[in-house]
Formats: sequence, structure tokens, C-alpha cells
Amino acid sequence: MSSPKVLVLRAPGINCERETHFACQRAGGAPEYLHIQQLLGKPELLDGYRAIVVPGGFSYGDDISSGRVLAQEMKGRLGDRILRFVERGGLVLGICNGFQVLVRLGLLPCTQNRLEEEVTLTHNLSNHYECRWVTLRTQKSRCVFLPAGLTLRWPAAHGEGRLVARDAAMQKLLLDEGYAVALYVDAQGTPTEQYPANPNGAPLGMAGLTNHSGRVLGVMPHPDRSFLPTHMPDWRRTQLERGSLPEDGDGMVVFREMVRVAKAEG
Amino acid sequence: MQAWRIDVLVRPEHQDPMGNSALRALRGAGLDGVTDVRSRRGYLLAAELPEAQVRTFARAVLCDPVIDHFVVHAPDSTAQVAPPGTHMVAVVPRAGVTDPVAHSVQKALADMGLPAVAAGTYKAFDVRGAADAARLLQAARKALANDVVQDVLLDALPAGLPTAAARTDVAVHPIPLAHLDTAGLEKLSKDGGLALDGVEMTAIQQHFQALGRAPTRMELETLAQTWSEHCKHKTLTGNVRFEGRLIENLLKSTIAKVTHTLDRDFCVSVFVDNAGIVKFDDEHSVCIKVETHNRPSAIEPFGGAGTGVGGVIRDVLGTGLGARPIASTDVFCFAPPDLKPAQLPQGCMHPLTLLKGVVAGVRDYGNPMGIPTVNGSVHFDENFVGNPLVYVGNVGILPTARAHKQARTGDVILALGGRTGRDGIHGATFSSLELHTESEKVSSGAVQIGDPITERKAMDAVMRLCDEDLFSAITDCGAGGFSSAVGEMSEGLGAVVELGDAPLKYAGLSPWEIWISEAQERMVLAVPEAKLARALQVCREEACEAFVLGRFTADDRLVVKYQGAVHADLDLKFLHKGLPVRVRDAVYVAPQLSEPALAPEQDFAGALRAVMSDYGVCSKEWIVRQYDHEVQAASAGKPLCGVKEDGPADAAVLAPKLGSRRGVLLANGLNPRYSRIDPAAMAECALDEAMRNIVAAGGDPDYTVVLDNYCWGNTRDPQALGELVRATEALCDLALQYRTPFVSGKDSLHNEFRAGDRTIRIPGCILVTAMSIVPDVARTLTTDLKRPGSLLVLVGATKDELGGSVYYKAKGHLGRNAPRVDKHNAHATLRAVHRAIGARAVLSAHDLSEGGLGAAAVEMAIGGKLGVTIDLQKVVATAGLRPEQLLFSESQSRFLLEVPPDRLPDLTANLAGVPHAVVGEVTKEPIVAIRNGGAQLCASPVAELEAAWKRPLDLDQTLVAGGAK
Repeated sequence: MSSPKVLVLRAPGINCERETHFACQRAGGAPEYLHIQQLLGKPELLDGYRAIVVPGGFSYGDDISSGRVLAQEMKGRLGDRILRFVERGGLVLGICNGFQVLVRLGLLPCTQNRLEEEVTLTHNLSNHYECRWVTLRTQKSRCVFLPAGLTLRWPAAHGEGRLVARDAAMQKLLLDEGYAVALYVDAQGTPTEQYPANPNGAPLGMAGLTNHSGRVLGVMPHPDRSFLPTHMPDWRRTQLERGSLPEDGDGMVVFREMVRVAKAEG
Repeated sequence: MQAWRIDVLVRPEHQDPMGNSALRALRGAGLDGVTDVRSRRGYLLAAELPEAQVRTFARAVLCDPVIDHFVVHAPDSTAQVAPPGTHMVAVVPRAGVTDPVAHSVQKALADMGLPAVAAGTYKAFDVRGAADAARLLQAARKALANDVVQDVLLDALPAGLPTAAARTDVAVHPIPLAHLDTAGLEKLSKDGGLALDGVEMTAIQQHFQALGRAPTRMELETLAQTWSEHCKHKTLTGNVRFEGRLIENLLKSTIAKVTHTLDRDFCVSVFVDNAGIVKFDDEHSVCIKVETHNRPSAIEPFGGAGTGVGGVIRDVLGTGLGARPIASTDVFCFAPPDLKPAQLPQGCMHPLTLLKGVVAGVRDYGNPMGIPTVNGSVHFDENFVGNPLVYVGNVGILPTARAHKQARTGDVILALGGRTGRDGIHGATFSSLELHTESEKVSSGAVQIGDPITERKAMDAVMRLCDEDLFSAITDCGAGGFSSAVGEMSEGLGAVVELGDAPLKYAGLSPWEIWISEAQERMVLAVPEAKLARALQVCREEACEAFVLGRFTADDRLVVKYQGAVHADLDLKFLHKGLPVRVRDAVYVAPQLSEPALAPEQDFAGALRAVMSDYGVCSKEWIVRQYDHEVQAASAGKPLCGVKEDGPADAAVLAPKLGSRRGVLLANGLNPRYSRIDPAAMAECALDEAMRNIVAAGGDPDYTVVLDNYCWGNTRDPQALGELVRATEALCDLALQYRTPFVSGKDSLHNEFRAGDRTIRIPGCILVTAMSIVPDVARTLTTDLKRPGSLLVLVGATKDELGGSVYYKAKGHLGRNAPRVDKHNAHATLRAVHRAIGARAVLSAHDLSEGGLGAAAVEMAIGGKLGVTIDLQKVVATAGLRPEQLLFSESQSRFLLEVPPDRLPDLTANLAGVPHAVVGEVTKEPIVAIRNGGAQLCASPVAELEAAWKRPLDLDQTLVAGGAK
């Protein structure tokens, strides 16, 4: 299979679709935009894709709470269809607001393979939006397209990114059972709840989740803003030390892996 | 209208950041006894919705099932809501104020298959430990709400939803003028908020006398909007008598003349469109616009700044045949944030409240729009107390082939985006009047609250209409609303408008209100008849409301109807050319100032800390981090740089075409304090600073354009106008030397505050914004030091120019010797530094501005987490300067460069003819060591200077241990 088709979802207030589209293309995918109105009108359009990406932004202004209105809109007509899409081997990536939408939809962490809100992404402890680069350590997880053991620098840019589980048991499960794919780490590489290394105060430093089958991935920080070498905040120092710029920025791995898996399974 | 009230609360076992934030705000307002605050997010749903459905909806949508719970209050319930031992304050939007969330609530109702009944929102706080309820109410009004747009209730919930007006006045309303003398005309103008003077009113009177009829209210309103200072720039385009000369059309004979004289080939479209358009590459151009939103921000900082951002984004969106906005820049001026409440004139908001509100406004509009805010600055001066300045700028990209537009006869006038409400009526004319103690109350109609998602939908729709080439002209609805947008587009054509079909936010608007409303998020397009159906289809697909407002004609008349009745029938030639040309007198008398007699500096470490902690110099990280500067993935040079991303950047670097490394650099220059000494110095330094910033970041001074944005005290005063002329001429002289064309500009010339018998005027300011095109962003630089062992080279000569400096300010002085730019050498310096950077002889570069060499060196060290040693005796300078003068002079055209030792010969070759010297080197140990020959002046740890630099605006107390000062 040559270039796997990737659906890049558009919706009012989604605003990272262009860079997400570009990153998918750069990774060798064949991305296509689809507006939520088109998809709701014709849900079977989903079947033509190998992967769905829900980009970042402020869907419907993040009114009521982040991602809530778009998730609500999708729930009735698309929720079960997306579940089946995943069961049949499709991949889903939600970035920032996209992650919030998937969580509200119940697609993440989806430990029981049914649409149910088991965690939330809620207001940062600072009570305001924050844009800063964070360091993530990827965990040994169920996720089929985010390898473990990577240290990645991505920019976080959100006001509601604090990942809170329904209860202590759920929180423990996320970490122990390989649902937590990436943690915020401090300068020593240790997972942290401390600002600013953890920009929102998420318990245990959880920054991203996968689902039970590992085919759905949601991350708060942005791989779609860190896939080029010149995206990285300190690329000039890297350039000076290496003598040249690397091929990719730290975010590219997600898109490359997503496309690689889609191709391999194609 | 009666309504269900639904309170959503975070369950007690979970953290409540909104409550904690309110707790800090109330304590900050002096309520020390408050121990705990929990927040409620409140929703109103019309009483007609059955309770079961209210509960279903609250459970499924309003409430986060993981951490929230909710309480439903019946429509007629007045039961006490606050838990025992607490008081509850509810913050409720006033009637008519845009409530964007309400629309989403209605949408979510419909998505669940429930009736989309009227909805509203509020927030409330359960406050524990406030002994005195009256004091709590008073504090909450300031700390948790803004009285202009929000009502605060104590221990009560809002009773229901605002009821729509019963009746609409749709009468035509002729306004007889013929019988009035000048005084009568002036009174009519004043009472109606038209902001037209006697001469202008007389011109209107004569025009209608010749027609043999009275103007209608709508016609008068249209003329007032179109002829407002805001839209017509009467002062800058007027004639001025100055120093024995008559300057005809000041703007044309100065700013515009520079551009036309230079005739640079990269200027695609200047002074004719919403924004200046500049060639980017073979296919695309970039456009840029900066304007001010001072007035609305003074009264309602959150809404004012937000709608300022929204407005300038629409300017760019409406440039050429539609440009995609790619970056925002914002520059603010406030009174010092530590101003004592007793010094605050009545009717002014405290500068810290203004700053927080403005930052939140920019954040909450810019971020949801998905447009990165990449660059900015903040300046402080006591005289901004009544008139804060909020400059908002935006950059866009468009195909060069689509840089020009022309509506055609027969084209349909299509309006799209937000609905029309009563918001912002008389905004354009309001901005031409001075603010005073009562402005907060009388002018609240001019306040607008933004709805960024509506604008985002409009932007998405316009971008698709562009892709399909579905329109022949476009402009934004800004000041004056439809009246200005249609009036401008129909110049040379004519138009017939029908207002009866305009979607309204609420019933009750009179036709003239619809016509001049400044409701946000609206665009107006000229669509050929054959493309109308497709254009409407695209708007539907993008969930963007659109309607036919009228049609362009060929009779040079602007005819406005409401349900068929003619409310205005204006001669477009009179509307656009009928404004009487004025002659104003201008004088300039230099202020009597002297240099302070200061004892030689004894404490250099202390002086360095004082300079770094000046509000103008200090870190703006608290602000920067609240703006999304990464969205669109174009960022290649961020507002904060260095090892820990906390050093200040000189310019933003963007690569706006994904996959290409061709870039745009964006920077600005402004120093209001110099204006207190000499407005010419202020103007020159603004331009030089903007250019230095560009060059330091790797930009080419010969491929750079600039924008001029004026904010002045009151140019009706001849001295103030003289200052403006003097500044303008200095600015233009220098721009000619630099060969930098002005591509756009704007002015706000009535920034004066009347408090009792005291009049406070802002210092005259020209913000210069510079934009440069670079072939490869991978060749741009940052300010942070890279390598121990590098040499530090100071370029440019240092003079006795501490007038208006941060050093003098820290000592309580202004001084007289404001920096001036050496016109004959400045351009050569910019070019030489650019060549040296091109030759890869420079690892990092920083321009010297506020705080001089000392501040520049410290900032570079903070970014790199390295140290510096500097010997002041090595500095190329006027003879006889004292060490503190060498360290803190703010002489222009200077740079501090980090140069690898083996690259020094290359650097020197490129700097031939330009004063420069190796003044020190970069050290591994993070210490700033300053000496004067053999004498050590200070050896300050970088961490200590960094703390001094970060502390003043560390408003969350998270950047430095110990928090804000």
C-alpha cells in the first residue's frame, strides 16, 4: 500500500488542521480534510480512511468546557462508528483539543471498549492558558504508534490540560496498565507534577493516553508544532553543536509511526 | 424572561482553579479574611424547557461527569443558594452584552434533539470568610467583574434572561438643520455623539440646503462615521502651518512621500488597502497592519483588547482579495503597575487591572482564532494612567495575483459572520472625544465583547471563498460598521442597501443602529451575481451566517432602505470628498530641561539590578506564555529564547509557508519616555530600534518595510501638533536614509484624560513596526549567548545620551540628552552588521536599547545561562564618559555581538568604517563582571540579575522564588 489515507477533521474552531495535514503528508500519508458537517451528513465516509486525526484548536470556542460541544455533536451519529473504525484496525490521533474531544467522547482511555467518560482534561491549576515547551518521556504502553523510551520536547499550549481520572483506581490503572503513553518530566528526567515542567498540574505528570487496543492516541502537547527542525526552541544551539540541522523535529515521530503502522497493516 | 438556573460546581474532593483564582483576586482587593472560594459555572435555560430535559442536558453536557456536580434552581425559586457560612457573589453579563457561550449551549441542546430555547450564562463564587457583605460586594465588582459589562449580585442568582425590546422604531427621522446657527449645529452634534465640529456641520447644512431637504438621522450618522477622525484621519491629512511653512496634507507630504520617493520594488500595494502588501516570494505576498484600540480598552480592557485583536485580524482578512492571517503583534502602554491607589484619578482603572484585562483579552481572542501572537512590548509612563495604549497588529499572506480588488456594478453586497447588535454604536466617533471621569458610564455603548469562534468561522469561510475565487472585493466591518464598509467599497460606483434582512442578535434595533453598529466579526464582500449561489453554499458548509445586504450600482449614490423605505440617499462624492479641509496651527517650543548632577555611581551591582527590574526592561514572560505563539507551526524564532527559553528575543521569526524556509521577521520600536524630552528623538529612536531588532535577528535592512502608528495627547493644541510634526519630519528623514518605505499606518490623536481641573496627556508616541523578508530562517539569530570563550563586540559609538534613560529614571531623573540617531552613519551600521551576520561571523546578537550595554549584556547572559566579562574602557565612546554612562547610555545604532575568536578578522572586515570594539568575552561561569580597565565595578551572579529581571511582572509568582515585587 502506498500512501495511507488520513482524515484530518475540520470543525468550527479547530485551528491546527493545516500544520497537521502537512505533517501527515511529510510522513508519507495522504491526508484529506473533512468538515464535521460533511462527516455527520455521511458517516460512512469514515470507512475510506486508515487513520483519523482530530487536530488542536478551540472547537466551538471550547464553550461549556473544552471539546465538549464537538464531542456532543459527534456522540450520537459518529461515536459508535469510530469505535468500530478502531476495532477494524483504524488509527485515531487527537492532539490538544482533539485529545479533549476524544476524552469527552469516551474514546480515551476506553478501558472497557465502550464510550464512557473515565477521565477528564480540566483547567490548569494556574487557571489560565499557557504556551511553553515541555519535556515528555514516552512510557511502555499499549500504543501501537508511539514507541517507549523517547525523550521528546513538544510545545504545550492549553488552558484545560490537567488530566484527572475518575477515581484513584482509574488513575492507577492508567499508569500500571499501559494507558499513560507520555509523562511530563523535569530536568532530571523524573515525572513531575511541578510547574513549569508540568504546565497544568496533572497528577503523576500524565500528558497523553492511549486506549485498550493502543490504536487511539491523545496528547496534550503538540507534535504538530514540533515536527520541523526549526520548530525546536533551541535549534540554533543544536545546529551549532552538530554542524547542521537534523532532518526532523521531535514531534515528527508520531506522524511517521502512524503512517508506518497504517502502511504495514494496510 | 423566567429561566432555569443550573450551577455546575467542581466536586469538593477536586481542585477548583477558578475558585482559587477568585480567592487570590479578592485577597488582592484587600479582603484578607477570605479563606476559601469555590466557583459555580452558571447557565440559564428558558423556563419553557421541561425540568426532566433540563436535568438530562445538565448531566450530559453542562457538567463534567468526572469531577463536577450540578444543582438546578427552579425558575421561580428565590431560595438561598450559598452554603451556610458563605456569601455568594454572582457575576452576570448585562443585557445586550454578547454572550458567546449562550449560542453554543443552544447548539448543544439542538444536537441532543432538545428544543434550542433561549440560554445565557453567569458565574458565581461561594466566598468563605468575608465578614462584611457590603465590602465583599464592592471588592467583587472590581476584582471579579467589570461594572461596564457585568452586574454583580450578592447572595442571589440572576432572576432570568433579558427580555427583548417590545417595539422597534423604524421611522426615517428627518433632522432639520436649516434653522440652526453654528452653536446650534455644534450642540446637535454633541448631543447626538456625532463628534463633528461647527465647520463640518455647516458643510452638511449647506449640502442639504442646496438639495432643499433635511438630512435623515441615518444620513447624519453616516456622515459622522465617515468623517470621523478614526476613519478620515482629518488631522494627519489636513494642512498645517508650522514654523512659517504651510504643510499641505501632512501625511501625504511626509510619510507617504517617503514611500513614493523610495519606490521600492517589493511594495505591492501601499496606503490604498486595509493593510500594506509586500512581496514575499515569486508567488506570495505578505501584508501587515497595526492599529490601536485604546478607548474601548480603557473602559473594558478585556473586551477592548480582544475586539482590537479581532478587528485587525479582519483588516488583514479583508486585504486584497483576502489574506490568511499568520501572526499577531501587540504593544501596550500603561501607567506603572505599582501606582498607589491614592494616586489613581477618579474614573480610571488601576494600571495593573488594565494590564491583566488587556492580556486576557488578547489571549482569549488571539488563541481561539488560531493566529499566533509572536511579538510585542509593554511600556510604562505615569501619563498613560487615563489613556492606556493598546496597539494590535496582524500579518497575513496572500497570492500576489490576488493583491488588488475592485467591486463592480451589479455585484451583490454579501455580508457574513456575526450578527448585528447594538454593541459598539458610536465607537468611531467616541474615539475622537476626550475621556473623562464619567466616560465609564456614558460611553459603555461603545464597548464590544468579542466572539472569536464566530470570527474563526468567518475566516474559514472567506478562505474557501478565496480558494474558489468567488468575489471581486472584500472589506471588514470595523469602525462605522456597515456604513463604513459599504461606503468605502461603493466609492466610484454606488450602492443600494436593504437592512431589513440583516440577522440581528436581538430585536429592537432601529435601522440607523443596524447601519452604524460596530458589532464584531462581520465582513462585507462584493460577489458577482453568477457566483452568489456557490458563495452562499460555501458559507453554509462553514457554518458561517451570510446574507445579501444590497447591490453595487453605477449612479454614485448610497441608498439605504429598511423594508423598502428609504432612510438615506447620499451623494457618494459628498460623502467621500465633502469634508472641509482644515488648516491647523502648530508650534514647537522645546521644554526647559537639564541634565541631573549625579554623584559618580558607587554601587554598580545595585544599579544593574535596578535597571533590570525597571518595568520597561523586565521580563514579560508572564504575558508571553499566555499567548499561543506556536499555532500554524511557522515559528522559527520565539518570543523567548535560550537554553531555558527565558531570554528576550529581538524579533519574531516565521516561516509561513510550510515546507519552505523563506521567512518573515517582525519587530517593533517604541520609547515614550524620550518624547518627554524631544519627540524627534522619540521618533528616530523608534525607527532605529525596530530596524536594529530586525538586523540583530538576521534580517536584511534593505528588504524591510515599516509601519507608523501614532498616539498623541491632543493635537487640537498647537504645541502638541507641533510636536507631532517635528516627530514626523525626523522619522521621515531617517526612513529616507534607511530606504525603508512606510507601508501602512494609523493614528489615535486624542489621548487626553480630564480629571477635575487636571488634564493628563500621554507622551506623543510613534510605534514603529518593522517587517523583513529573509531567504532562509535557518540563518537567523537569537540573543542568547552560545559559547564560553566567544568575544563580545560592541558595534556603534556610545555618547552622553542618558536623557530619558532607564538609569536616570531609576535615579528619579529625566535629563535632557535624549539619544539621537546619527543619520549619516546609522544605515551603514545596520548594513555592516547584516553583512557580518551573513558571513557567519556572529553566534548571537542583541540590540542595545533601554538600559544600554548593561541590560543587553545581562539579557544575553540570562538566555545563554553563561557569564560575561566587559571592560568599559574598551568601548568606543565620546571622551570623558564615566563608567555608568558607558554602561547605561542609550545611544542608538548599537549592537552587542557574540563572535567566535577565529571569526574576528571576518567580522572586522565586514564592519570596516563602523565604530566597534571587542569589549569582553563570554565565560562559562554565570557571572556578569564589569570592569573599567583595572578597576572591577561589579561581579553579579546571572541568577541574581535574572531574579531582579523576572520579579516585577511575575504576576502568578511562579517564575522566581518570592514572586512579584
